[in-house]
Amino acid sequence: MKLTEEEQKILSGSEGETKAKIMRTLVEFGDLFGATEFVPVSTCGHLVTSFGIGLLKPVYRIMDEIIGAGLKTPYPFTVDPRPIDYKNVKCGLLNKLIFSKVMYSKQKEYEAQLSKIGLKNKNAFTCACYLEEVGNTPKYGDILSWAESSAVVFANSVLGARCNRNSGMLDIFGALIGKVPKFGLLTDEGRKADFVVEVRTSKLPEAQILGSAIGMRVMEKVPYVVGLDKFLGNELNDNTIAYLKDFGAATASNGAVGLYHIENLTPEAKKFKTKLLKENVERYIIDDEELERVYQSYPIMWKKKDQKPSLCFIGCPHLSFSQLVKWTENLETALRESGRKKVKVRTIMTSAPDVVERFKKTESYKKLIGYGVKISSICPLMFTNNPIAGGKPIITNSNKLRTYSKARYFKDEDILKIISGVKE
Amino acid sequence: MKKIFKGRVICAGEYEGECVVSRQGLNTLATFQKSALMNKKKVIGSDQNNKDVDGKNLTGVALILPQTIGSTTGGLVIQTICQMKINPSALLFSEEIDSLAASGVILAKNWENSNIIAIDKLGNDILSAVKTGDKIRVSKDGMVEIL
Repeated sequence: MKLTEEEQKILSGSEGETKAKIMRTLVEFGDLFGATEFVPVSTCGHLVTSFGIGLLKPVYRIMDEIIGAGLKTPYPFTVDPRPIDYKNVKCGLLNKLIFSKVMYSKQKEYEAQLSKIGLKNKNAFTCACYLEEVGNTPKYGDILSWAESSAVVFANSVLGARCNRNSGMLDIFGALIGKVPKFGLLTDEGRKADFVVEVRTSKLPEAQILGSAIGMRVMEKVPYVVGLDKFLGNELNDNTIAYLKDFGAATASNGAVGLYHIENLTPEAKKFKTKLLKENVERYIIDDEELERVYQSYPIMWKKKDQKPSLCFIGCPHLSFSQLVKWTENLETALRESGRKKVKVRTIMTSAPDVVERFKKTESYKKLIGYGVKISSICPLMFTNNPIAGGKPIITNSNKLRTYSKARYFKDEDILKIISGVKE
Repeated sequence: MKKIFKGRVICAGEYEGECVVSRQGLNTLATFQKSALMNKKKVIGSDQNNKDVDGKNLTGVALILPQTIGSTTGGLVIQTICQMKINPSALLFSEEIDSLAASGVILAKNWENSNIIAIDKLGNDILSAVKTGDKIRVSKDGMVEIL
């Protein structure tokens, strides 16, 4: 990488050993991928590491070093959801003890560390930081130092911002220095598509399965999806944004997609059209049969495959406001059909703290709570991918949660039937 | 069948011993989280979606893979298993290293003084030429030899 005089000085230690080590890490990272230079980060950061797991000793040590060196991010940052919410996601005494004293024993200290270096506020804990209520919504062309695979792929694809799939730690390093190495998804060439994915299904595919299929097939490559606008239309609105949020999260967790283009819908696909295609693109056709094949390939990790679910998580990534309203409406209809007043399976819907605050002011909120659903801003993944929750029959409509835990995946319509008691 | 492969050295080192081969993208968080969370002395791969590594010992072996996939905690997970000294001795990538694995080995080297070996661009033929349990030799110049 070609460094400016100022960058070179930082690397040489003119602003302290910690900043020099951070700079060295970023330079080595950039060099590996042929980065030519640093580019300035133009807006707020987002960090993936929100959990005070005792074993993540390197994180707390480095954070102490950063604080000791007096470093702060130029822009405030948001961070992934908290792993614990005893008020809304109740657990037994033993679980509580293990969560607080063993697994997430560093939570309090870690949040204090985050506050010292630039955390936005107490509501900043969500994986869907880009939702308008949260306000960490980059503009087209913004350069980001973000991690959290679902947020990165959303920012790149739906908002047209530019961000590589940074790892935890690298996210905060770039935010602190205020610069990131220019390579990959930060370049015009890196944003071109390697794959054309043709959607030939008979109806709008389940976002989480379509994303999973594409992620597994294209891995880290950039897909250009055609045929989906037929179902989604050509405008980004609450519904399409919610769909693309869930779709993207599945592409990034079941594969390693950092950017996708949806023909006639996402901003760069609208602007550049097929000029976004590289020469010799690969093709992947997705029809009803292919979606079913992918769906059936998910292993059921429960000890007893026919067990009745004891817990349901909806909202990984966190639900948008319109999704919360829609789930309330759908649940109202389904409960009427089953003749029940409350959900049959303990159900937790998760959303960003700022979205929950908005939702609490609505009639839908009262209805949803009345149906026995709990609303939380917890990270379902952090709650479930541990030995305690691992043995429980948990169901989810999240492909990301399925991937990282033993939770069993169901389509939205099936989840609705199960929790409302329409279906056993 | 080709026996010697040459790649790009990211973190140099020498290794001779057994390898584990993941023919699909390796999900770092899914694979390492269980052993790391339970503070085990060895990593037993725990990715339900990847039979190549699920249930296999990954500590002290050479892990041969195309790339890593999944959560952006990936680099941090690699750094942490290196700090815990339960990491694979070598990560050998058939393709260009991905940004998460790259972050992991760079963080491990600069912040944990880890001597994890990392070589990429070995070519996809290595994934079919070698199988789990085979013995390999890794040299400082990025040469990987199936013994």
